[in-house]
Amino acid sequence: MTDSTDPTHTTDPTDSSAVVEISKVSKVFGGEKKGGGVEALREIDLTVGRGEFVSLIGPSGCGKSTLLRLIGDLTNPTSGSVTVNGKTAHRARLDRDYGIVFQSPVLFDWRTVEKNVQLPLEVSGVPSAERTTRAREMLDLVELGSFAQNRPWQLSGGMQQRVAIARALALKPQILLMDEPFGALDEMTRERMNLELLRVWQATGTTIVFVTHSIPEAVFLSTRVVVMSARPGRITNIIDIDLPRDRNVDTRELERYFELVTQVRESLRHGEAASGGAVHGSVEADALRVRAEGLG
Amino acid sequence: MARGRSRQIRRALGLIVIVGALLVIWEVAKFIGGDPWRLHGNVLGVQIDFFHNPPFRWRIVTDQSLPHVWNVIHTMTVPVQVNRPILASLLFDNMLFTMRGAATGFALGSAFGLMLGIVLANVRLLERALVPYVVISQTIPIIAVAPVIVIGLRAGTFSVALVAAYLTFFPVTIAALRGLRAADPRAIELMRSLAAGRWEVLRKVRLPAAAPYLFTAFKISATASVVGAIVGELPAGLREGLGGALLNFNQYYTIAPERLWAALLFAAAAGIVAFLLVVAAERFALRGYRPSEEPA
Amino acid sequence: MAVATSTTSTRFRRGSHGIARRVRDWTPAIAVAVGFILLWQGAVQLLDIQRFVLPAPFAIGQSFVEYFPEIWAAASYTAYEAVGGLVIGVTAGLLVGLITGRWVGLRESLLPFAIAVNSVPIIAFAPIMNNWFGLANPLSKMMIAALLVFFPVMINTVRGLISVDPSALELMRSTAATDFAVLTKLRIPTALPFIFTSLKIAATLATIGAIVGEYFGAPRASLGQYIVQHAAYFDFERSWAAIILAAAIGISLYVAVLIAERLVMPWHSSVRGVE
Repeated sequence: MTDSTDPTHTTDPTDSSAVVEISKVSKVFGGEKKGGGVEALREIDLTVGRGEFVSLIGPSGCGKSTLLRLIGDLTNPTSGSVTVNGKTAHRARLDRDYGIVFQSPVLFDWRTVEKNVQLPLEVSGVPSAERTTRAREMLDLVELGSFAQNRPWQLSGGMQQRVAIARALALKPQILLMDEPFGALDEMTRERMNLELLRVWQATGTTIVFVTHSIPEAVFLSTRVVVMSARPGRITNIIDIDLPRDRNVDTRELERYFELVTQVRESLRHGEAASGGAVHGSVEADALRVRAEGLG
Repeated sequence: MARGRSRQIRRALGLIVIVGALLVIWEVAKFIGGDPWRLHGNVLGVQIDFFHNPPFRWRIVTDQSLPHVWNVIHTMTVPVQVNRPILASLLFDNMLFTMRGAATGFALGSAFGLMLGIVLANVRLLERALVPYVVISQTIPIIAVAPVIVIGLRAGTFSVALVAAYLTFFPVTIAALRGLRAADPRAIELMRSLAAGRWEVLRKVRLPAAAPYLFTAFKISATASVVGAIVGELPAGLREGLGGALLNFNQYYTIAPERLWAALLFAAAAGIVAFLLVVAAERFALRGYRPSEEPA
Repeated sequence: MAVATSTTSTRFRRGSHGIARRVRDWTPAIAVAVGFILLWQGAVQLLDIQRFVLPAPFAIGQSFVEYFPEIWAAASYTAYEAVGGLVIGVTAGLLVGLITGRWVGLRESLLPFAIAVNSVPIIAFAPIMNNWFGLANPLSKMMIAALLVFFPVMINTVRGLISVDPSALELMRSTAATDFAVLTKLRIPTALPFIFTSLKIAATLATIGAIVGEYFGAPRASLGQYIVQHAAYFDFERSWAAIILAAAIGISLYVAVLIAERLVMPWHSSVRGVE
């Protein structure tokens, strides 16, 4: 189990501390009831450096979304600690240090695209004129500037997700948490969105923690891939992705790319096999799926 | 299952607590602002003589407007006229009479509404012709027509059922239309592939799909039928029902306000019983359906 | 990365194509209305049906014109009661709904209670309201209307407030929004469609409350009393004329709610015109 901190993209040279530190974190759901609850995460140790793009990948129910929510202080660890930007996760949330993007865009139907992006700015009390400028700026960043006055339902799924990304970046946070944001999109749109996201990442220098089901996506986007085992979720492996910085369509054809994809795949299978203990129905189905993917 | 049961028990308890709280507020209000009262008597060999003179006088809380809870209960145990049954028994008969009318009307209205719904669902032209009227009729106080129907038809008890039927059939028609349409198109395609006829598709696919919608409408109609039955009795001067009782005791309000409240209690009971009967029928008819939100 | 999808508004279909289609859609309904009236008139004349329940439509029209001043006066009085009751009931329903939606404990007990009370024939309270506030006082009928209106509005407000998408709640949490911000920016806009549904029901209920309340006793110059009195004297044409105005009050209130809905919620799918 390797654990390397490799900040390849430092925007603030004076500060090379880890942005996210997860230390011996476990999460049990419903543990108060007798007979035990569901052990979602067990003894997770993970460090994310500034400017990194870290993917969390694993079978369904392995706790990767839970881990993301722990970073975002949207749920509490049963044991262990989560430090974000040198503060507690709770403090970091109150200071609005991160933006989050979910699998569904969660845009408000009753607001225009522009007003949707302004939501975090409103909540943190940014004055009106500045809100407008900033929202425009973010929409331009995701190349949706001309759709500012449209309503969410007038946009395609991919476009809605771009608005969600623009909203998550509205306060220019240091961290972006993304929970399978492209999972509901078709393959081609997904690949386009991957390129979009990389462009935005390089333009802003944000640290990104990205949850995904897709091995190719994880390898294509990340600087490091964290492979997790089935429930109870543990870290099976952390793989450095040493693909060149400027990734594009051709990157997917590199031999090194396929090697890394295979490496991730095998780590997943290994994590499945090594996961002794309780095997739940859904985990078995996911194991079958992971194996099939490995063969396909 | 057990969780559902305890939830039901909690709800029932919550209801009892609220009703109890209301009664307490009732009496507390009288304690503070009602008429002076005295409790005088012999309970289990103990002499009681209790006199209370409230500090304030509020018009709404006098014995005239808001009789003591125990007086209302007491009046139900006493006959209204000499050598006649006690009030509670009288009111119970009234309640049965009204509920018979309501039930007849409910049955008629539901049957008609369902048939109309089936016809409209199948004949597009008729649907376009008639649905606007069905919708408009929901905005009209149909109950304004009740006196004319009841007096004009001079059919006595049957006209009460007619008013109840009229109030029932609109919600049922709309629900039938929506429900029959809500059937899964793929299930219908399956039936077609098995060369099933229109009637079979209706029986096996559309009606079961419509059932949840229908029961939602039945719950509304149950109450509406009771209301229709009571209102129908008024202009016809039908003294055997709850409407008659309300009218009757309204006349004697200055002398014996408790009786009107007692009648009200039975009217409330009639509505609740009707509602519960439909809920019970729903539990039975929809057993085995996937539990879901109300298809409002 | 221009993705050319639904950038144009899918809202209203303008142009001659749209109008022709609308006419085609409505023709059957209009045909039914016209046909029905003619049939009715014809049946009464040809079959010489006694003018009991269904007098000839033209006779009703005549009555309407002839007695217009008194019917209009009665209608105004009743409309005043209906509107007053609607305002009181909706305000109370919204307030209590907001408070109930806020606290889970309150919600668990109050909501089932409200649903139970809704199944009670609230109209039975009419005699008591008359006694409390006075037969001749429009407030007595307003209170009945308000009572009828209160429960659906409250129930729907609560339902709307708690039907919020859990992901949206997480989103608000991620931006460290205050509870008040969550209420105003998320819960209330989510609840609006539910509230307007209940307002449409409320419009009808308020009218019903006013009229039926009048059946139990009211000044002569009120629609409820007018209908009952003239029915009792077998003067059915005048009763029906009054009923038409009663229907008009119900429809007007309903349309008022529709207009309000379009103003407050221009984004909602039921208003968007997208099928």
